Amino acid sequence: MSAGIPPLSGLPKPQAKALNCPKCGAAITLHSFGQAVTVVCGSCHTILDAKDPKLAILQQFEATTHEVKPLIPLGTRGKLAGTDYEAIGFQRRSTKVDGIAYCWHEYVLFNPYKGTRYLSEYNGHWNDISICKTLPTAEFDGAATANYLGETYKHFQSADASTDFVLGEFPWQVRVGEQAAVTDYVHPPRVLSSEKLDKEVTWSIGEYMYGREIWDAFKLPGAPPEAMGVYENQPSPVAINVTGIWVAFAAFTVFLLALMAGFDMHAKKEPVLHETFQLNRADARGEASFVTDVFELTGHAATVEVKTSAPVDNHWIYLNYALINQDTGQAWDFGREVSYYHGYDSDGSWSEGKQTDAVVIPSVPPGHYYLRIEPEADPLLPGLLYSVEVTHDVPVFGIYGIAFVALLVPAVIISFRAYTFERSRWSESDHPPMELSNMSSSSGDSE
Amino acid sequence: MTQVVANCPNCGAKIVFRWSSSVQTVCDFCKSILVRTDVDLKKVGQVADLPPDSSPIQINTEGKYGNKAFVVVGRILYEYDQGGWNEWHIMMNDGASAWLSDAQNEYALSLASKAPNLPAAAQVHVGQQFTWSEQRYIVSVITPAHYRGVEGELPFQYWDKTDVTFVDLRTEARKFATLDYSDPEPALYLGEFVEFDDLKLKNLRSFEGW
Repeated sequence: MSAGIPPLSGLPKPQAKALNCPKCGAAITLHSFGQAVTVVCGSCHTILDAKDPKLAILQQFEATTHEVKPLIPLGTRGKLAGTDYEAIGFQRRSTKVDGIAYCWHEYVLFNPYKGTRYLSEYNGHWNDISICKTLPTAEFDGAATANYLGETYKHFQSADASTDFVLGEFPWQVRVGEQAAVTDYVHPPRVLSSEKLDKEVTWSIGEYMYGREIWDAFKLPGAPPEAMGVYENQPSPVAINVTGIWVAFAAFTVFLLALMAGFDMHAKKEPVLHETFQLNRADARGEASFVTDVFELTGHAATVEVKTSAPVDNHWIYLNYALINQDTGQAWDFGREVSYYHGYDSDGSWSEGKQTDAVVIPSVPPGHYYLRIEPEADPLLPGLLYSVEVTHDVPVFGIYGIAFVALLVPAVIISFRAYTFERSRWSESDHPPMELSNMSSSSGDSE
Repeated sequence: MTQVVANCPNCGAKIVFRWSSSVQTVCDFCKSILVRTDVDLKKVGQVADLPPDSSPIQINTEGKYGNKAFVVVGRILYEYDQGGWNEWHIMMNDGASAWLSDAQNEYALSLASKAPNLPAAAQVHVGQQFTWSEQRYIVSVITPAHYRGVEGELPFQYWDKTDVTFVDLRTEARKFATLDYSDPEPALYLGEFVEFDDLKLKNLRSFEGW
């Protein structure tokens, strides 16, 4: 500023204010530079008017000796969202649902430039909370959804919260025993809460924090208490979007099908041998073998399908095959059974096996080939005619099945994990999943 | 910008107006409340000592709102049963005047606005809706407050007040409105909530230990 301006007298630098409790004389320090509305004496649990220079007594409350201590000692500073905050107030609140009391803790955090912020802790689950500057919209108290900054939050729970224990400074008129109607709407990892006291409604927005993050932010010794169960706005450990997984899965399946169709169209499926043979009972006993005509496989190394058809009826035949390369002598030995049984029993009709069998031999190089066949048969079988068909270059689909299962299994596992996590979350809400509410009413079963 | 310079009629100290349209100022030395007339300054009252206050903003704090720079030139301090708040009078670098309010570190910037048929204080109730400049506002809280003092330059005469009523209106966006019943005619202010960091404030007060 230019020299023409008279020097400002300058406001005194605000300092933490040291006072004494009018009830018990214990030292009380106001850390929030005049922003505190009420302050609680840590020695005698008297709620005092922080706006009054004489600290008028507002309320006295009974505190039993086993009262919990704040996990973040008042006066501790920590960094949240890049700003230093000091824990100045602590309260324990509780709500009763179906006759069971649930307790949680709230911390008032203060920064002289940024103002107040809050932390809540329930069973090791933490939330970083600020007052909403923009009004959320809910059609009425406890509506199914609420909207905040373009996002939809689902109603989780409505309950009356009472203040049971207070310590430190509060920027509002705090009283033990005061009841507020609290409604929570969730959109993990965020929770939108409305708190109605008399006629005034305050909306706040919280974001889930892990105990470890709190311990790091406030440099607290030891380890944070372990989080128990699933909290209302706890982010699912299944971080990936489940719908996205199924979309990807569908895309891969379409891709696989396209690949299969492509290979199927590309495969020659060339018939190279089709012969019919008579099976004699004498042959069956004598284990005589014979060879087929020679056939030629052309082009590149490809699959060879050997299909056996036999009109067996409550019988079996077994064929020992050898696919032999006439030029090199290389042989592929394999045995195939064709059997078909059927009948009636107490469960009705049944059948097993079928009258055809097909096998695919992979990567057979081109050349001149023949089959050597050595049939065996059911001794009770009268003679029959069976045929052998050889097809060159048939598509193989088994690998696609494996790929399909390989994709399906993780998708199913992830979906199941996401489902069980969400079920645990909502089981604690006003809207428990259907089967769960039935279960608890019939057997009193719980997790 | 040409600065208007005059002398305090009470103590003779030099009075500099940083904002050419200022109507009232407070002498930094003798705390006289001075009102500009056509020719000179007239002393209309005396400011009682302001109570200790915890706003990080002070006269001469500089900041930015959007692409405009501003400097704090004056303030009005109010109190209500849950605490106090400051309405800091700011001068934008385009010569416009605006208000930066600090209510327990909740910051908002607003401008005096005109709208026809503003309701009388007695006609307003919580939940009532108004539409100004195509924006719907909902009455969120009605605060009876009392005037605690002034400092620096103001765009109007404002002193010797007692109880005043403020009606706060919110929207589903960051915008808000205030109906000010300090004078017989209601005054409307339209503005929006702002983030401390976005204001890029300089020349702030410092706090012991922070």
